Amino acid sequence: MIQLTINQQQYQVDAPPEMPLLWVIRDLVGLTGTKYGCGMAQCGACTIHLDGEAIRSCVTPVSKAVGKKITTIEGLSADNSHPVQRAWLIEDAPQCGYCQSGQIMSAAVLLKENPEPSDQDIDDAMSGNICRCGTYPRIRKAIHTAARLQKEGGIK
Amino acid sequence: MHTNNFSSSLSLKKSACIVLLALAVYVGASSFKDNSVAGSRPLADSLVSKKAFLSVYDVLMSPRCMNCHPAGDVPLVGEDSKLHTQNVKRGKEGKGMYASKCANCHTDKNQPGLNMPPGNPNWHMPPADMKMVFEGKTPRELATLLLDPSSNGHKTKEDLVKHIAEDGLVLAGWDPGEGRKQPPLSHEEFVKQFKLWMDNGAYLPD
Repeated sequence: MIQLTINQQQYQVDAPPEMPLLWVIRDLVGLTGTKYGCGMAQCGACTIHLDGEAIRSCVTPVSKAVGKKITTIEGLSADNSHPVQRAWLIEDAPQCGYCQSGQIMSAAVLLKENPEPSDQDIDDAMSGNICRCGTYPRIRKAIHTAARLQKEGGIK
Repeated sequence: MHTNNFSSSLSLKKSACIVLLALAVYVGASSFKDNSVAGSRPLADSLVSKKAFLSVYDVLMSPRCMNCHPAGDVPLVGEDSKLHTQNVKRGKEGKGMYASKCANCHTDKNQPGLNMPPGNPNWHMPPADMKMVFEGKTPRELATLLLDPSSNGHKTKEDLVKHIAEDGLVLAGWDPGEGRKQPPLSHEEFVKQFKLWMDNGAYLPD
């Protein structure tokens, strides 16, 4: 059995050490907000936080997450109050929504490390998250809005 | 007296000839070592050293080495050394930026399957303050870069040999993951040629 800390809760899962963390999160733990896109770290749909870094869970073996803090879209905030989540609602960023949990998790890391990102900073941070609906302009706008919300009220 | 003067004159001429000959030999020898960074060395050593570096150069300019030593801030990928997709950039420490840090996708091991991300626990590029650019360098330029501690990561010659012989990320070049070619020499031969270059004076190629 493997012991994991996901969204501040303890889980024990029966998984081989090389199983992708995404499979554990979705299929064994049942947190399905994180999506499967390409399975080869190319699209960003599976982005979660591992000790605060925006890793691709589809290529990360579960063994690498032992003893670390895993955060999925379900645990980014208790009540959807993270500035990025609020900004996504304000700007109506998603279209189909499939890539958006990965987009939000990447944007959260950007704003943590750079509270006032330029358009170029946003491109540098977000180009690894692909959106087939083409919501990039709204995502960029939402990140600027999130930066403002974060500055006003901090991360709740 | 006349004979003595004649004899003295002859002796002076002989001495002048010997000095000129010695000078010619010195100038000739000096012209062979103008590329040396290691001081006076026999000609044979410089030829061995320079030839060895050309083999080293072929390895360092292969995609497995050069792709992470690009001229710009975007790492290169593939056998054709194209720019990494996803707008990945070096970052201050050479470990990527924000949500696109190297280790976010490049895990501790190679992922099985074609076109999957290769892995290593220490995957990174050179840092922004010492980019150690290989791409576009001539053999002489690259050798100069490698020998200069202010551009080679503050490494001595001994450090360089240890680095190319033992560093895990260097060794990863010979375990590149499915679908990627290894450098043109075996790692053992690469280390041998590198040491030949160093041990024979670390001459700069012409």
